[in-house]
Formats: sequence, structure tokens, C-alpha cells
Amino acid sequence: MTITVFVPCDAAALAVGADKVAAAISREIEARGVDARVVRNGSRGLLWLEPMVEVRTEHGRIAYGPVTPGDVPELFAADFLRGGAHPLCQGRTRDIPFLRNQTRLTFARCGVTDPLSLDDFRAYSGLKGLEKALAMSPGEIVAAVTESGLRGRGGAGFPTGIKWKTVLDAPGTTKYIVCNADEGDSGTFSDRMVMEGDPFMLIEGMIIAGMATGATKGYIYTRSEYPHAIETMRRAITIAREANLLGPSILGSGRAFDLDVREGAGAYVCGEETSLLNSLEGKRGIVRAKPPLPALQGLFGCPTVVNNVISLASVPVILDRGPAFYRDFGVGRSHGTIPIQLAGNVKHGGLYETAFGLSLGEIVNDIGGGTLSGRPVKAVQVGGPLGAYFPPSLFDTVFDYEAFAARDGLIGHAGIVVFDDTVDMLKQARFAMEFCAIESCGKCTPCRIGSTRGVETVDRIAHGIEPEQNKALLGDLCNTMKFGSLCALGGFTPYPVMSALKHFPEDFAPAPVKEAAE
Amino acid sequence: MNIRSSVDDILSRTSAIVEEHKRSEGPLLPILHAVQEAFGFIPEDAKPLIAQALNLSRAEVHGVVSFYHDFRSEPSGRHVLKLCRGEACQSMGADRLADELKRLLDVEWGGTTADGAVTVEPVFCLGLCACAPSAMLDGQVHGRLDGESCAALIAEVRR
Repeated sequence: MTITVFVPCDAAALAVGADKVAAAISREIEARGVDARVVRNGSRGLLWLEPMVEVRTEHGRIAYGPVTPGDVPELFAADFLRGGAHPLCQGRTRDIPFLRNQTRLTFARCGVTDPLSLDDFRAYSGLKGLEKALAMSPGEIVAAVTESGLRGRGGAGFPTGIKWKTVLDAPGTTKYIVCNADEGDSGTFSDRMVMEGDPFMLIEGMIIAGMATGATKGYIYTRSEYPHAIETMRRAITIAREANLLGPSILGSGRAFDLDVREGAGAYVCGEETSLLNSLEGKRGIVRAKPPLPALQGLFGCPTVVNNVISLASVPVILDRGPAFYRDFGVGRSHGTIPIQLAGNVKHGGLYETAFGLSLGEIVNDIGGGTLSGRPVKAVQVGGPLGAYFPPSLFDTVFDYEAFAARDGLIGHAGIVVFDDTVDMLKQARFAMEFCAIESCGKCTPCRIGSTRGVETVDRIAHGIEPEQNKALLGDLCNTMKFGSLCALGGFTPYPVMSALKHFPEDFAPAPVKEAAE
Repeated sequence: MNIRSSVDDILSRTSAIVEEHKRSEGPLLPILHAVQEAFGFIPEDAKPLIAQALNLSRAEVHGVVSFYHDFRSEPSGRHVLKLCRGEACQSMGADRLADELKRLLDVEWGGTTADGAVTVEPVFCLGLCACAPSAMLDGQVHGRLDGESCAALIAEVRR
């Protein structure tokens, strides 16, 4: 029987040499004349082990990693095609603790299947949610999503069912489903992994959203920084069209839905839903004031669902397994699972899908294994560049929307970036302001001007110029940005700045005043 | 990619691109991406043509080109190295790596080496945050970089 070897084609695996490893394995297979084939799967999300090669054996899939092209002849010599022992062997993939302890609902297939094989997709429960949705009325689909408790996974946490109901009830013959795949937050990569590792799931979720709201056209707006995700999504859409999964009659149901990928052009603010809509329309990505809500007047003035990748990708499993199944995971008002992304200076970085409710300390120390550098953790930024920095003294914070908000933080897109004790928190606060200044769309004054003044004020603190007055000024400026900005860019930049100032005052201690002539 | 083109060439290739995209919804960004793909930047002469075809003013087209980081008004070097400056990469020494590299190549952010080989640009997150620090060279991604591996990449494309 043909032996199957899996080598991921996820960008993170490619970045550390997966293509070269795949080529080396193919060469050995040919040279040795063995009956084996290489399948390019998505990533399991154990990113410190990438490139992680798996072999399907009679005892299940066995993992080896991280594999370099130079290891390949040795692996063959160790009979890895039959799961042979080797220092790189991690045992059965599903028994690796990082993976075994997860609850994978949206990432159940990611890394298991060939992302562009519809047969694989169907074999692992793909399209079951859509098939159920096609037998339901729009109102019933919306009710199921509402009942599941799913909240927008892009960061704002708005109930998805309520958004869909607004679009369903909105008057208009043309409606749109827009997938916000402009995942620009540092420390986040779950959207990218879905698009590269299980694109049909996103397509399925978007079709269901169309069935639920009466929309017949969808767009996936993706960042240009994700060329592999763009290519995979485009190829998946072509395959889906050929299989009548997209087009004038979805799976022969007589109901229409079609989908396109639109590439952004390197603007962080386009992750903000109203900027994204302007960008999709071919304009500058300038924030729109709300109201009107995009649900009522969105893309080209039509009722529009704007949802994050993970929100839409969570829908098929909700329809397939039922809303109660999904809702019963989690704590408080944070239902279901969340794909946590562990990144930065962390030993076991990667994607960890689990029900809400772990503590931050468990995530960083137990799952992540602490820092990669081996030095003490000093700060953890949760929720991307606009998220707060938490010190280890706050590691008892429970991972859910409300618990983070109660401590002046946010979980955002569930990205966690770990820093060791060499980090200078004043520098991080300055960077947050600088980033906001670079990326501001310029529409509102607090964000446009405030961020530049923020950089200047942090610089004065760094130089020991009237430090107490300037710290007070920085607080005042942050307050103005938080409550006066039109969108999250200006409104949330105060989180990293103020948390750095509050939890790490020693880094903002006055330095000796430098000579004016400097 | 950065071929110096004559005005006639710019106009004829741009109109072909516009023709291909103008019936899609909100076609300006796809058109600008295709124009940049064709010329390596957005030539000034292409803007009035695009504006007219989409019933926009030249100022609107210019406004869009200048808003987005991806669009250039001048050709880049033969290769483009985008170094990630996101927090995850910072936590793994991206700032130091960038400083080293800029010194080695004698360029500032956005600058091109004297031999025209490499343009170095900042990028804010490539989604490779667990394999930091990371970079993208001509669309190819690279992770777990250090000064040595980064210099090796540069040496390879300069050869």
C-alpha cells in the first residue's frame, strides 16, 4: 500500500524550509524506489516543530520535527516511513500534549487534510453544516447561530446572530457577505492558517451566511502580506465553483451564491470594518462614522454582513452539531472555543484551540512553556498591537472577553505575544504610538494628531524632561484618543501605552536630563 | 520587473488592464495591483487613464495610490526585502536585526542599495509570529532569522 507522508504548506512551515524538506523527501522516495507519496497538508499549529513531517502508519500518524533537508536521508535510514525511531520523532501526532489537550472545532481538519481536496473535506465532516442549512429557512439559520452564543472573533465580540438578523431583516434585494480577512495584528495568524489549511470551511461558512441573510455575493478581503492565503483561497474558490458549491445553484438547491477574493494594499486600518468596505469599493481605507451600520448600509450602500474569518469558519460546526453543542463550551458570556495564538518569545509557539476559561498564566507557562530565550517573562501583550501589556502578576486573569475588559485589557483576536525581561516597556509604548501614527487613516483628529504627539511625549519622558508632567499629559492624551477616536486604531492605542505605564513604571523612571546642545 | 517603459507602452498596457477589470465591483485596487505588477510601480502617466475609465478625478486616483503602503510611485530595487517590525518579531530581536541589516546594506527604511539590488521596507506582521523574526523576500517568506541567515539571503539574490 502506498505510504503517505505529510509536509505542511502553511506559510509558517514554508518560512522555515518546508518546500526544501518536501523536495528532499520526494528525491529519496524516487531514489529508493519506495511506494510512497508526499501530500502537502495545512499546519497542525505546533509551530516550534515546523517543518513537522508526518507519516501515516497502521498505528496512526507519527510526527517528526523540526525537520531540515539534511535530516531526510537519516530519517529514511531510520525507517521513518514505518514510524521508525529517530531523535526527531515526536510519537503519535494526536498524543503530543500540546495537541491532545486542545478542543478543536474550527481547526479540527487543519493540518489533517490536503487543503485543496474536496474529497478530504467531505471525508472529515465538510459540507454537513451547509447541507443542514439548505434544508432550513433563513430565520432558522439565524436562530441557530444566535442560540450558539457565537460572538465575533475579530476582536469586538459582537453577537454574530444579531448581526445576521439585522441584515436578514434589512430591506434590499442586493446584500453582501464580507469576510474580514485583514488580520493585521502582530501575534495573530489563525485567519491565515484557516485560509491556507482549510479554505473550504471558510467558503462553507460564507455560503451559510448568504443563505441566512439573503445575500448572493461574498468577498474575502485579505491582506497583501498573505500571498499564500490569497493563492490558496483563489484556488479553493475555483474548485468550489467547478463542484457547484458556488454559483447559480448551490449543490443543486436553486439558491445562488458566489465569492471573490479581494487583495488589500498594506493598510492596517483596513481591518476596521468600515475602512475595509471603503477599500473594497476602491477608495482610500478611511473609516466611516457609524451609524449607518454596515448591516443596513454597507458595501456599495447595501446591507452587509462583515464577519471575521474565524467567526464565519465557526458556523459550519454550529449548524452540523447544533447550537447547544457549541454554546456549552466556554465560561460566562464567552461561549464556544477560541483559537489562541501563542507567539513571540515563547518556547512552544503555535495555535491552541480551546474553550474560553483558561488563565493567562496557564496559557503562557503551561502551554507555551515560558520564554524561548529561557529568561523570565516580563510582559505579555494580548490582542495585537492595540492590546494591553500584562505583567506576570496578572496571570490569574481568565481568558474571556469580560475578564480582560475588567483589567483594562482585551483579548482581541486572541493573539498572545510573550516578552522576556530584556524588553524596554517605554520603547514598546512609544512603538504603539508610532504604529498608530503610521497607520492612522487621518479621518479623526485624536488618532491622527494624538499619535504623533504621543510619540513626542514618550520621547520627552525618555529624556527625563519634566517626566511627571509628561506622564500626566500622556494619560490625558490617551483619554482623549480612547473616547474621541472614530475607530479602534485610535481608540485602543491607549491600551498598550497606559498598561505599559501602569504595570512597568520602572521603565518610565526619569533619566538624567541631557544637555540641550545634544 | 522594473522596466522603464515609454509613455505609449504605459498607456496601452494600462488600458488593457483597465479593460480586464473595469466591469468588476470596485475595481480600482485590483487595477492598481495589476499596473504595479506590470511596471513595478504606478507610473504617473497611468493615473489619468485609470481616472477617466472609472469616472474618477485624477486626485481621487492619486489619493488611493498614496494612501496604501504597497503602491509605489518610483521603481524599487531588483529585489524587495520586507522586514517584519511587529511586536512578536520585536520580542525576538527584530529591531537589532533591522539595524544590523540596514548598516550592512547602507540603507534606511524604504531605501535601495547603491547597486540597485535590494530595497528594504518595513512590514507590520507577516503572520509568522511564532517563527520570529521573519521577513519576505520577493514574496518568499523566511522565519527564525538572524543576522547570518539574513545576510545569506541578501548574498544569494545579489549574486
